[in-house]
Amino acid sequence: MSIASPPRPRPTSREEQPYVATTKPRRTGMWLAIVVTVWVVGWALLKHQDTLATGFQDLNGLQRWLNGVRDAIQAATPTNWFFHGVIGNIVTFTNWVFEQIQYLISAPAPGRPVPQIGWLGVVAIFGWVAYAAAGLRSMVLVVASTLAFGILGYWQDSMDTLIVTVIAVLLCVVIGLPLGVGMSRRKWLSDLVTPVLDVMQTMPSFAYLTPFALVFGIGATCAILVTLVYALPPLVRIAEHGIRSVSPTTVEAADSLGVTRRQLLRRVQLPMARRTIVLGINQCTLAALSMATIAAFVNGPGLGQPVVQALQNLDVGAAAVPSLAIVVMAIMLDRTTTAASERAERQTRGRMSTRTRRIVLGVGAVVVAVCIYLSRLYLQLAQFPQKLDVGPTIADAINSATDSVVNNVDTFTSGFKNAVSYGFLNPLQTLMADTPWWLMAAVLLGFSYFLGGWRPTVVTAVCEGVILAMGLWHDAMITLTTTIVATVLVMILAVLLGVWMGRSRRVDTVIRPFLDALQTLPPFVYLVPALALFSTSRFTAIVAAVAYALPLATKLVADGIRGVAPTTVEAAEASGSTRWQMITKVQLPMARPAIVLATNQGLLYVLSMVVIGGMVGAGSLGYIVVSGFSQGQLFGKGLAAGIAITALGVMVDRIAKYTAARYGR
Amino acid sequence: MAAALAVTVSACGGGNIKETKSASGKSCGTVNIAVNPWTGYEANAYVIGHLAKTKLGCTVNYQDVKEEVGWQGMSAGTTDTIVENWGHPDLVKKYVDQQKTVQDAGLTKNEGIIGWYVPPWMAQKYPDITDWKNLNKYADLFKTSESGGKGQLLDGDPSYVTNDEALVKNLHLNYKVVVGGSEAALIQSFRSAEKNKTPLLAYFYQPDWFFSEIPLVKVNLPKYTPGCDSDPAKVACDYPPYKLNKLVSKKFADSGSPAYTLVKNFQWTNDDQNKVAEYIAKDKMDPDAAAKKWIDDNPDMVKQWLQGT
Repeated sequence: MSIASPPRPRPTSREEQPYVATTKPRRTGMWLAIVVTVWVVGWALLKHQDTLATGFQDLNGLQRWLNGVRDAIQAATPTNWFFHGVIGNIVTFTNWVFEQIQYLISAPAPGRPVPQIGWLGVVAIFGWVAYAAAGLRSMVLVVASTLAFGILGYWQDSMDTLIVTVIAVLLCVVIGLPLGVGMSRRKWLSDLVTPVLDVMQTMPSFAYLTPFALVFGIGATCAILVTLVYALPPLVRIAEHGIRSVSPTTVEAADSLGVTRRQLLRRVQLPMARRTIVLGINQCTLAALSMATIAAFVNGPGLGQPVVQALQNLDVGAAAVPSLAIVVMAIMLDRTTTAASERAERQTRGRMSTRTRRIVLGVGAVVVAVCIYLSRLYLQLAQFPQKLDVGPTIADAINSATDSVVNNVDTFTSGFKNAVSYGFLNPLQTLMADTPWWLMAAVLLGFSYFLGGWRPTVVTAVCEGVILAMGLWHDAMITLTTTIVATVLVMILAVLLGVWMGRSRRVDTVIRPFLDALQTLPPFVYLVPALALFSTSRFTAIVAAVAYALPLATKLVADGIRGVAPTTVEAAEASGSTRWQMITKVQLPMARPAIVLATNQGLLYVLSMVVIGGMVGAGSLGYIVVSGFSQGQLFGKGLAAGIAITALGVMVDRIAKYTAARYGR
Repeated sequence: MAAALAVTVSACGGGNIKETKSASGKSCGTVNIAVNPWTGYEANAYVIGHLAKTKLGCTVNYQDVKEEVGWQGMSAGTTDTIVENWGHPDLVKKYVDQQKTVQDAGLTKNEGIIGWYVPPWMAQKYPDITDWKNLNKYADLFKTSESGGKGQLLDGDPSYVTNDEALVKNLHLNYKVVVGGSEAALIQSFRSAEKNKTPLLAYFYQPDWFFSEIPLVKVNLPKYTPGCDSDPAKVACDYPPYKLNKLVSKKFADSGSPAYTLVKNFQWTNDDQNKVAEYIAKDKMDPDAAAKKWIDDNPDMVKQWLQGT
């Protein structure tokens, strides 16, 4: 569910280097062919034996045990000193704090028909903060975006989402920065925490929604904590990386001056890593915002609620408008924190005309105070004028557009769905899921070994063990099948689009904004049209996953194609290659590292959609996670499925990473 | 700019925001209503919520949660009421009988019917399809890419009450249950099935506003007799007729809030609920506005509910 860091490929600066195959022949192709042959023959002889398929309502010991733990916690909650005394009070306190902030800017305060500070005051405050932290352009952007929340008709929900996001990010900074700093200085801490961060990022958020709701109740606190889990890892990682990458010569120089470790950190490392750390906060903020819709499932306040509710009523338009507000908020937060990080860098270098700035800020503060005062006085300045609410108009337009598209093409699209399902998905699924588990496990080990070496093989073995222990082997293989098919589709489309964009600036300028928007849009929004076009099926889930993963993969490919040295392209042109030859013989091979990276990221993004896919017909693991959230007796099984998805993710990621390391060069 | 604003202030003088003395509706306080994921439920919740807000001066929080989460919330005291409950004998046993944290607040007078439905064109073309005994004969019609060579039975949101897996197995039907997701998904499927005349067999329920758009036809399973569904794994009979009821947390019941009396008094017919649900889902009205419209049209019924508050 992330808008997470699109890791940009390094620009290829090795211009003059001709392309040569650097890897020595490993006979990988031959070995893989052998593995596949054994697999297919084994499948033909032994299919439907030992597949470990289980009925939907069947539970194994572990899953029952998890249910028992849940019941025990639930029974203990009203009396237990820890759950009632400690956690209960923390939750009550956090909810109280949240409510006070709501009274301030979003919800009617006690004794008033409106919040303490009306929209005019809020806009003024945000504008001032943006100016102080990031400059004039950011201020204009922030003011425009904040007004847009009101104009779209979602003022209060937007403010609530903003509050949840900001509190979560603040907590992330408080926890994440010291952790990141500690990890950069102590290797054992880094080794200990990194796998935990991996799990936090790979585990589908739906899987921990129920346990969190169980312990922390539903509402603001739970929403903040769920968001925290997802948003913390990027901050910690980037902070660690930032401190680490402070140049060793600088550190040595400081060392030789005899500074203590504490001084070194405060005077040298932290200031020098400032820009990277702000970037980490930026990524953390975007990740936090991307949880807005998920948080709505535990009654988290904010924009997620109208999105989820509108989808229940099949109202694409009404879901799209609050989603648009989320997109606007993401752009606002992203650009502002980026600008703030650039300013931070300039500040470190000490180039600022501080005097004029102080005067402007001072005057600005007075304006803000006046705006707040006015917004406390006048209803029109406190409550966003209803007349400006253009949300319904946009919603209607989107609905009629979607309806006309859906009504005209749905017979055609269902044919397409059937072709892919019968021709590709079903055969692959029976091959993967109907092969005996021990053979399939061996095949996966074989693939990892011949593609990536012994390291990913060990990881694969461990992950297979976890999946088996969860009792969900058969379902995991079905999920793996849809994941692979989706990733293949993502890569075909990403290469086509990416090459087109990479070769033409104009195409790039037209397509890129759409990709940006698609990347920030909560995936729930395109579920309904996808359902209408492809009905309840694995293919619908695949379409949703492709829509989610495609933007990033395409951008990476396009950047890779653009990164091919102009001299090489010119040389190829001079030698008279056709456009087709240019693409296939020069640009694509040279952009191989970018394509490998795009595949890896695409795969992870597809995996993160497994649970959402479960809501529209993907079945297997994703659906079990969703069911665990809604059916008491499936609590344990849902949790187990979440763990299985995590294991699947780690396994696939490691295989892809090591393969990439071997062949991406 | 600051000067200009200052002038505006002095020019306009006072202001038009009236501070109220105390928190509005001191006697009522806050009501947390769970909102489960189907439109009919939303109709109940927003009609009650709108009345609580406007007539009783309560602060109303709508909590969009699934059924089990709502029960859990009532047990923890963070949710006050569920205003349309479909049975759930296991949860009744756990929370009402054992923990005693949840109480029954009477019937809504809505009658729930769960079952398997086909679009009307199919019932016309294959009149005998409404008898479960003929389902195997037609299984081929319902084949899809998802059903692995069998007929497809499309199911709803995982939180909905369902015995479908067991029914297919115990009635020896050549069908596979394919899980679909939300009410939205089911409605969308029925719409395209009726429009394109494609076969569809799916789980659905009444009361639901959608029947006024497309009158789905129910497939009759072996008749329900009390107790025939007591073992979930061995069910081989139709769903029982559900008498839908309301639930409240013990905390809310003991609070003496007038909203509790309102919830207890609340009763209406399937037609009433469908009307509000249709305003919401078909006419795309805001749920609160839809509730207001119905309330304005039905003052007598509302008056009865407000008795004793």
